[in-house]
Amino acid sequence: MALLEIRNLHVNVEGTEILKGVDLTIDTGKVHAIMGPNGGGKSTLAKALVGDEAYEITEGEVLYDGKDLLEMDPEERAREGVFLGFQYPVEIPGVSNTYFLKAAVNAMRKHRGEGEIDAMEFLELVRERAKRVKLDESLLQRPVNEGFSGGEKKRNEIFHMSVLEPKLGILDETDSGLDIDALRIVSEGVNAMRDGERSFMVITHYQRLLEHIVPDVVHVLVNGRIVKTGGKELAQELEDKGYEGFDEAAA
Amino acid sequence: MSASTETIERFTQKGYEAGFVTDVEEDRVPPGLNEDVIRQISAKKNEPEWMLEWRLKAYRNWLTMREPDWQYVHYDPIDFQAISYYAAPKRDEDRPESLDDIDPEIKATYDKLGIPLHEQEQLAGVSNVAVDAVFDSVSVATSYKEKLAEQGIIFCSMSEAVQNHPELVHKYLGTVIPYNDNYFAGLNSAVFTDGSFVYIPKGVRCPMELSTYFRINAANTGQFERTLIIAEDSSYVSYLEGCTAPMRDENQLHAAVVELVALDDAEIKYSTVQNWYPGDKEGKGGVYNFVTKRGLCAGDNSKISWTQVETGSAITWKYPSVVMRGDNSVGEFYSVAVTRLRQQADTGTKMTHIGKNTKSTIVSKGISAQEGEQVYRGLVRITPTAENARNYSQCDSMLMGSECGAHTFPYLDVNNSTAQLEHEATTSKIGEDQILYCTSRGISPEDAVSLIVNGFCKEVFRELPMEFAVEAQKLLEVTLEDSVG
Repeated sequence: MALLEIRNLHVNVEGTEILKGVDLTIDTGKVHAIMGPNGGGKSTLAKALVGDEAYEITEGEVLYDGKDLLEMDPEERAREGVFLGFQYPVEIPGVSNTYFLKAAVNAMRKHRGEGEIDAMEFLELVRERAKRVKLDESLLQRPVNEGFSGGEKKRNEIFHMSVLEPKLGILDETDSGLDIDALRIVSEGVNAMRDGERSFMVITHYQRLLEHIVPDVVHVLVNGRIVKTGGKELAQELEDKGYEGFDEAAA
Repeated sequence: MSASTETIERFTQKGYEAGFVTDVEEDRVPPGLNEDVIRQISAKKNEPEWMLEWRLKAYRNWLTMREPDWQYVHYDPIDFQAISYYAAPKRDEDRPESLDDIDPEIKATYDKLGIPLHEQEQLAGVSNVAVDAVFDSVSVATSYKEKLAEQGIIFCSMSEAVQNHPELVHKYLGTVIPYNDNYFAGLNSAVFTDGSFVYIPKGVRCPMELSTYFRINAANTGQFERTLIIAEDSSYVSYLEGCTAPMRDENQLHAAVVELVALDDAEIKYSTVQNWYPGDKEGKGGVYNFVTKRGLCAGDNSKISWTQVETGSAITWKYPSVVMRGDNSVGEFYSVAVTRLRQQADTGTKMTHIGKNTKSTIVSKGISAQEGEQVYRGLVRITPTAENARNYSQCDSMLMGSECGAHTFPYLDVNNSTAQLEHEATTSKIGEDQILYCTSRGISPEDAVSLIVNGFCKEVFRELPMEFAVEAQKLLEVTLEDSVG
């Protein structure tokens, strides 16, 4: 069953059209990889899906779980189970990582009509999930992303995802800036969440991430359009040949 | 305008919750200022001759002074003759003998503001705070007095102190902020009406927070309170003041003076949560908060710490300062100031190092929203005698929206080469990317702003006494948020 259906999506950024009619369907439990050259519109797609208002939707529709995703505010999308792991996670000085996550967890529980999470239960949850992505426990008490290394920030995004347990995890270039060990840890964190129910959109420039998170479907996004869709072998093909041929196909 | 800019705008347009007027009969001196008015005030308060003489000396000197204009705020000239210099709730008795004697209207006012005057509530263990409440020009109630007196602590209104402890008032009044210190302190010295007086004897650690709530109620009145806190050798006191005023179209002048004296090994912690009426969004009305606050670390190893959370007033102009005269003494200043609507604030601190090994810390957090304008102005002065003085200054500004302003003027005056000074300053815009990061994790934009702002102010909030930290956080939330959404 389709969890996410994107139809003819056009998106402008500061008056320039970046996405020029994207069609894409992700079924429940599937992992889709979005590959493509820089400037092709990969991050734009991610930001448009979480509702960043700098990204103006000019045409098209997005159905999420049968509902009109574009009608929802960003927090509603999150509460309905959409998660974005940011390419560049921001710092929030003075707000501890744990405090922040607790606010997020409680906002989602409230949305589901549940009461606030028990403090001990929450602490156990975050400790267990931190261990899963090998996030240093000291980072739990530090302000969100403040003074984190590039790798720690990315790992923290996966940690947030594993605590919030979304239905759709969108990972925007989570692999960039990670060394091979960190890449493996992050991938394991994602793989541990693949349970046949949860879907992922993994955005990456390189094939190497997809050796660890093996996708069901690979899409190539060039110049604002999906120019090719295939199985996991398509990633290897891109690695070997590059995107050049696709540029022409798109033009 | 983008949706999240709109969100920020909405948060910052929250109404003023303390803006009601209390209907009480007043005893007030007609507007105008001259020696007769001062004599009248002094007579009403049944003051000794030396007190009146000091007032008159201050007044005569004030007449020769010029209103300062160097500060980065703009307002129409104040007509000092249009102000009434004394307004007191009218009472049958001269002064309430106990809390039960307080006018129920005033009691209700303080209840509305959430200020507990009832000792029984406090004794029930809800909070461990002794309260002095100043309504317009007079102190209406001081709680817990007897319990404090057992340890020799004096906590009363300034008027009572002049009557009952004239030797202490005479010895210390004006020693930190003299009558000719500056224009508004000079005016205050001439016409001050009430305020709080605290005396902590040698070796006593004050067992509870002492607190004063100030409220300007009467129209066309100035409030000129004067507070004096003396901490004898090896004593400790934590003191908090809170301030509110009704919403009125005309401006109200508040020119207070606070003097602190810490002797050898003594510590004074002075916290302020200020929420005077800020005026409306066209800039009409609101309190002019022109206050002089200074602490003197007179003794060796003494410490004075100012912590303030300021969200109110149309114009704020004040620099709580510390003069570190004793060797090894410590001065601290922690401040959160919010300017929104058309509020203007020129605020900061002065740290004067005189003794050896003196140390000062300045942490200033400014938040500007809407058309708020804010200036941090700080002076760190190291005198030639201050061997090994150290200062750390941190000034952070946060801007919400694009029509507000933040300016930083740090001044240094270093006259001893052994001094070590550090200064850090940042200006950040509350980012739409920060808000998106929060909302994309399910947190509402309202909660996101409050989370980000509270995080920004954390270093200051943690300096406040526990129960007031919560109060300050709430105040900031209602100031910057719109609960309706």
